[in-house]
Amino acid sequence: MHIAEGFLPPLHAAAWTAVAAPFVIHGTRAISRTIKEHPEATLLLGAAGAFTFVLSAIKLPSVTGSSSHPTGTGLGAVIFRPPVMAALGTIVLLFQALLLAHGGLTTLGANVFSMAVVGPWVGYAAFRLLGRAPFSVRIFAAMALANLATYVMTATQLALAFPGQNGFVGAWSVFLGIFAITQVPLAIIEGLVGVLIFKALRSWAGPELSALGVFSRRPDHAGTKVEEAIHA
Amino acid sequence: MRKHASTLAILLAIVALFTVAMVLGTRQSTGDGETFIGTDSAATTHIEENHPGYTPWFQPIFEPSSGEVESGLFALQAALGAGALGFVLGTMRERRRQRRSAADDSSRPLSDPEPACDAAEPQSRG
Repeated sequence: MHIAEGFLPPLHAAAWTAVAAPFVIHGTRAISRTIKEHPEATLLLGAAGAFTFVLSAIKLPSVTGSSSHPTGTGLGAVIFRPPVMAALGTIVLLFQALLLAHGGLTTLGANVFSMAVVGPWVGYAAFRLLGRAPFSVRIFAAMALANLATYVMTATQLALAFPGQNGFVGAWSVFLGIFAITQVPLAIIEGLVGVLIFKALRSWAGPELSALGVFSRRPDHAGTKVEEAIHA
Repeated sequence: MRKHASTLAILLAIVALFTVAMVLGTRQSTGDGETFIGTDSAATTHIEENHPGYTPWFQPIFEPSSGEVESGLFALQAALGAGALGFVLGTMRERRRQRRSAADDSSRPLSDPEPACDAAEPQSRG
């Protein structure tokens, strides 16, 4: 889960805020551009935001004996490209920091960078790199890796702030043990949920998705995919 | 039918994974204190134990007064998200149905409310 309020030294907190801010600003512009260019996709944008909202509210028990929650950022990253998720993810993180004392304002920059920047980009990269794989596999990988990468990043941020006697690597493995291992089953679950939600989206919003270029990596198949989706 | 079978299989896999994670996790956490604490608390505990010199320099502005209130607020977050998601999915399903029936009715001129979708429309009937 996110880094708690006050648990990054001021210098780190400020640095991560500075790093995350341009992504969020760019993401906000990306949202208004998307709405302008694809007004028919506004509903889908709502779906992507709502999906992260639900998933990041559900804490699940995991194999390590602790619990964590999924992120849901992979879906929007695949449909709208990652910058949009930088803005949507920030809204979710602000909500949790202000109302739930989960995460925090001083750690918002770091948490935005892990959940709303690194996660979506890793998920999107996986989706694109697996261009030749079956569509469900690509979605699964995008969702699961966006989830996992978020917490690998969180562990990295904490290891940088608290290297301890064993140095960065030692601290990193400790924090990875806390965050990343816990996250593995959750990432798989999120990947499967993603496959289900995308099935629904494909059959109900096929034309919108193809207008956004979600299927465009394989132009020869794109048409059939849409047709398939519409007839399913 | 095949489509529903795979959906069902995925749902079962999710439940199975959840159960396995919970059972393995319960065994794992037979140590002290609470089971299934959040990874965020696990991390802060680790920092407090290993870096006694560090004091958090900022406190949450508002903190839910009890675990019950907190889980209620988390439930509210999930409900808002799920409600919005359900609304969007329902609207898209209905929109697609109308699109289809508009395309079915070839005698009438198309009155498509979303001209931007037209590029992808030709395949909507085949």
